[in-house]
Amino acid sequence: MSELLQQIINGISLGSIYALIALGYTMIYGILRFINFAHGDVFMVGAFIGFYLAPRIKALFGGSLLIATPVVFLIAMIGCSLLGVTIEKLAYRPLRPQPKLTVLITAIGVSLFLEFGGQLVFGPDPKLFPTLIPSSTVINTQNLVVGSNSIAVIVTALVLMLLLRFVVYNTKIGTAMRAVSYNHRAASLMGINIDTVISFTFVLGSSLAAAAAILYASVYPSINPLMGIFPGLKAFVAAVLGGIGNLAGAALGGLIIGLTETFVVGYISPTFRDAIAFSILILILLFKPSGIMGKDEPEKV
Amino acid sequence: MRLDRSVIFLAVAVLASALATLFEKSINPYYFQIIIYIGINIILASSLNLINGFAGQFSLGHAGFMAVGAYTAAVITTSLGVTRGSIFAIPVLALALLLAGLMASIFGLIVGIPSLRLKGDYLAITTLGFGEIIRVIVQNLDFLGAARGFTGIPKLANSFWVFSTAALVIFLIYNLVNSTYGKAFLAVRDDEIAAEAVGISSTRIKVVAFVTGAFFAGVAGGLYGHFVTYLNPMQFSFLKSFEIVVMVIIGGMGSIIGVILSATLLTILPEALRTVSQYRMVIYSLLLVIIMLTRPQGLFVRRRLFKRGSTPKTEIS
Repeated sequence: MSELLQQIINGISLGSIYALIALGYTMIYGILRFINFAHGDVFMVGAFIGFYLAPRIKALFGGSLLIATPVVFLIAMIGCSLLGVTIEKLAYRPLRPQPKLTVLITAIGVSLFLEFGGQLVFGPDPKLFPTLIPSSTVINTQNLVVGSNSIAVIVTALVLMLLLRFVVYNTKIGTAMRAVSYNHRAASLMGINIDTVISFTFVLGSSLAAAAAILYASVYPSINPLMGIFPGLKAFVAAVLGGIGNLAGAALGGLIIGLTETFVVGYISPTFRDAIAFSILILILLFKPSGIMGKDEPEKV
Repeated sequence: MRLDRSVIFLAVAVLASALATLFEKSINPYYFQIIIYIGINIILASSLNLINGFAGQFSLGHAGFMAVGAYTAAVITTSLGVTRGSIFAIPVLALALLLAGLMASIFGLIVGIPSLRLKGDYLAITTLGFGEIIRVIVQNLDFLGAARGFTGIPKLANSFWVFSTAALVIFLIYNLVNSTYGKAFLAVRDDEIAAEAVGISSTRIKVVAFVTGAFFAGVAGGLYGHFVTYLNPMQFSFLKSFEIVVMVIIGGMGSIIGVILSATLLTILPEALRTVSQYRMVIYSLLLVIIMLTRPQGLFVRRRLFKRGSTPKTEIS
């Protein structure tokens, strides 16, 4: 029983990280109708920003994690936002009138560029992420061990998601985002600047990815330039599972993927870790391609 | 006329590759290896071109089909215990390659069926997922060597096998896409709804494209295994799929000759740049982005396939 509880807590912790990344996929898909393949690699860059900054920031604040950690989060989020906006400006914006396949291939190109550029700049071997969230055991009964890590991850993710919800549903730019995702043309006729809205969406998505990266690296401290590939793909699956373009769906999908993965690793075999998300993806696409909370969009001539 | 030219091409190519085996011993083994890789990559890229370029179904799982073929062929020849130079080597390899292709095309069918409901991005990521699932399964199968790899495959493939197969694949694809039946591939690619409206079954076309493309990828995998004599699941990760996709895109989707040229170029290039090999993938990926931004139709294509003035719709997804 307590083992089950343990798995559930681990699963929710991993799932909320996937959910944060999935939100970026789903927002960008909602607005541009294409999968930003490079999103997982923006996540990776976030982890490396944290890796290089954390020791310096910690030194700056005399080793006090209470101030240093939020600062690292903030800088990583700003750094990734800049990266996301730059990618959109240089690679995706010129292709907006082009067929979707062209943009998809470009996104794959950008993704590979970040991965292998990362290997060149950061070095290909794994690095140990510095401690930003002190790991102590909060709950320790006979079989149940809950670290401060898991709790910090869940709480941070929850706060960020509520913040995102507020931005999207209660602010002017959020309303503009929803209008653009509904209809580009009509939105621009209403005086909404489409380019600004798209850039803002990339800012939101990339900063969530950066936060997810630091949380992820605090739980799994070995980081390398290819670390973004699988979390990125799994988060994408989460977005599709929840219904792509739907914020609540992405969060739900992330939790389901995180829990399923933890259970498969815990009860079946860790070697299937990376295959499980794809199997889920194939099943959803076969039986309900619009996802749990998505709506069907019939193809029109 | 067309058929005649392609038959002549096939005959000359097969003859040339047979003659080439005579010189195998006299050339530098390192160059020889690159030449063989060129042949294998031509088969892989041309077969993916059938799926991506002609039928317009963007697939990112080609390495998975290659893996299925490579392991199938390896299991057959090793369990029959043929060695290089035995009189059974030729029929056994032919049988193994055929079964490798068939096995891969069964997987092509499995991947092709869900693809009927998916397009563009979704299809790309699903096929990528299938490729990865195949790799993970191989990694967990003990009789295939699991993560340790599959060793002791007899070195049966030579330049004759590789290049005559490549020529045969090109011959078949050329004649397929120039036949009345093959025109349906282009119709589905250019406008699926319009194609359906004139009575083409797009379902059938997509499945045929996947099954045929996977068959050739399986054969290429079989040849690869019997040349390098060692298989490891990591050789068939999605990076290999990306590599093949890059060949097709740089060559120009739907251009047979362009894809042959780019497969050749992109096999030689990394070897020529070996001193700066860590830049290889960075250069590849930048090239990919720049080509998409400036020449989305590919490097070696002046115009799209269509010669008679029709302006093709560029939407493929």
